[in-house]
Amino acid sequence: MSTAATARPQDSGPGFRERVDNLPTAAKILLWALFAVFLFLLPLLNIPFITTEGSDFGGVLFTVATYVLVALGLNIVVGYAGLLDLGYVGFYAIGAYTVGVLSAEHGKLSWVVVVPLAIVAAMISGVILGAPTLRVRGDYLAIVTLGFGEIVRLTLVNLEYLGGAQGISNIPKPPGLELFEVPSIDWSSGAPVVDLDTTSTFLKFGINDFVPYYWLALVVIGLVLLFDILVKDSRVGRAWEATREDEDAAELMGVPTFRFKLLAFALGAAIGGLSGALFATKSGFINPQSFELLLSILFLAAVVVGGAGNRWGVIVGAIVVSYFPERFREFADFRVLVFGLALMLLAIFRPQGLLPPRRTVRAKRADDRQAVLEEGEASV
Amino acid sequence: MQFLIDNFAALTVTGLTLGAIYALVALGYTLVYGVLRLINFAHSEVFMYGTFAALWVVMLLGGRPGAGVGPVVFWVAMMFVAAMAVSGLIAVLLERVAYRPLRKRNAPPLIALISAIGASFVLAEIMGLRSRIVAWVGLEENLRDYVRNSRNNAGMPTIISPQPIFTVGGYNVTNVDIFVIIGAIVLMVVLDQFVKRSRLGRGIRAVAMDPEAAALMGVNRDRVIQVTFLVGGVMAGAAAAFYMLKIGITRYDAGFILGVKAFTAAVLGGIGNLRGALVGGFVLGLAENYGSALVGSQWKDVVAFVLLILILLFRPTGLLGESLGKARA
Repeated sequence: MSTAATARPQDSGPGFRERVDNLPTAAKILLWALFAVFLFLLPLLNIPFITTEGSDFGGVLFTVATYVLVALGLNIVVGYAGLLDLGYVGFYAIGAYTVGVLSAEHGKLSWVVVVPLAIVAAMISGVILGAPTLRVRGDYLAIVTLGFGEIVRLTLVNLEYLGGAQGISNIPKPPGLELFEVPSIDWSSGAPVVDLDTTSTFLKFGINDFVPYYWLALVVIGLVLLFDILVKDSRVGRAWEATREDEDAAELMGVPTFRFKLLAFALGAAIGGLSGALFATKSGFINPQSFELLLSILFLAAVVVGGAGNRWGVIVGAIVVSYFPERFREFADFRVLVFGLALMLLAIFRPQGLLPPRRTVRAKRADDRQAVLEEGEASV
Repeated sequence: MQFLIDNFAALTVTGLTLGAIYALVALGYTLVYGVLRLINFAHSEVFMYGTFAALWVVMLLGGRPGAGVGPVVFWVAMMFVAAMAVSGLIAVLLERVAYRPLRKRNAPPLIALISAIGASFVLAEIMGLRSRIVAWVGLEENLRDYVRNSRNNAGMPTIISPQPIFTVGGYNVTNVDIFVIIGAIVLMVVLDQFVKRSRLGRGIRAVAMDPEAAALMGVNRDRVIQVTFLVGGVMAGAAAAFYMLKIGITRYDAGFILGVKAFTAAVLGGIGNLRGALVGGFVLGLAENYGSALVGSQWKDVVAFVLLILILLFRPTGLLGESLGKARA
């Protein structure tokens, strides 16, 4: 099956990719631009059924966007480099707390300064954790990182300097502009009507309207995606792939596997820290409860459900994991149960994820052909 | 530091008691890892179901504090039977539902871990939602005491009241402490002998050593794996019964932290090594208690995790080395 590698993740019908590829460049750019505009306007369109009833749709979309960002970061670690990280929430927490500590608890630095600092802090912690632990075997790494996530959380709970169990509040908002108002659309009469009363001010980071935060997150996702595409198609991306498929063989071919694994860990951590920083910015208040271990598992699930190694796949995975529980809040009690069942079913029936990377699919097909050949010879 | 010196005996005894429980749960991780090279992430839930089985049996039999010797022995015996049976059953079920289908398809190890995480969620949530589930079946009247506040702590009546037996360094060692430590060691010795001497034990060692050669020699691999899960589950059930006697409180998510600790103990002693699990459990229990006496009890869990990371860095094969197959026997 072909995956929609150049277009929106929702469409993945066979032949879709070819059709898009065959379009003239101008049309492709136009399609992309239209899709981007649609994404930016999504919280204001109030499309029936998609829009969440109980909770503010802008806020929900922001949450989905942070999950997408986290999934993209974790995909570098799990999908590209093949390192199982069960403590990713640790980096997310470090990013959020860097913002909280430097801009509210113990400093008054501006948002523009603290976000890069949060990325750097998360990256450094990734190197500190990775340098000694990446030498241990794969399944041990899972447990070490799990321990790391818990150490980070327990440290946050126990250190009064970091706000203790109460956490940090009054995290300042990013500087805004207030240029113009964007109207929303009202569907209550059955047909779409432009509603000029319910508006979002372009780039006013307030406390009631989360749409500007969603816009901010979308821009960040766009940048991270660009970075992701460039890195994946470079020497670094190929080195990761080689390391993941066969570490010994890669090492023999002259790939410094340890250094590349560490790089993957650091980059993944940096993106995790960035998402944590965005989360802290939007909620304005953080405490250790926002960084439970369950979150790490959910992040990992987003990557695996979508298809580790395929950036569009993990985006779909992140949307599935974060959006459906919000949309179906009436079943909130059962969502972890359903989620666990889904993980088990997925592991049995679709171990490559919903949208696996094309190379994995090809490799699997080749394996199957090989198996058929060998079986055939054996039985004759 | 002064606190550590003053309470050294108390910390040692409670450390050994907790360590005995860690060690019993660690056996499950070690056995499964030895045979399948797989971290059974859902083993913590097997333990948790054991604690509830123990609790419910005591409630069902009307256990209360301050009864005579006869009833107490009966309650405790039933606790162990129920906990070991339920945990063993859950472990076997887990293998059937979450691992066997994957093994048949030759899935990569990462997928087995995902399946285990899913199974772990499902098991924990079923316990956490038991009041809702019982209400659907329409039994909420009859089972109210068992399912009430299913997201909160459930406490067991103290059926054995802790009596000081003797005093060491100013700490009264109670009958419960002695029972837990001795009982755990006895179970470990029994298991060790089972793996060493019995036919099934030989099968377990053979599969751990070389699965393909074992299959060629006529060992039924699926059966061996099932027995391994069963034995690990039964041990976790015994640990759960000891835990309920010593701690007395459980919850639908009580398994998680204990599971991670037990796994730490298994790695500490050398995963895949039965005696290593015992040593690792005791070392972890002691280190955790001494460590938290030094830096404050709120850091107890951090001490355990830091210890795990340090062990993996400096001696990844654990204190006694990893060997179920090579278990000298």
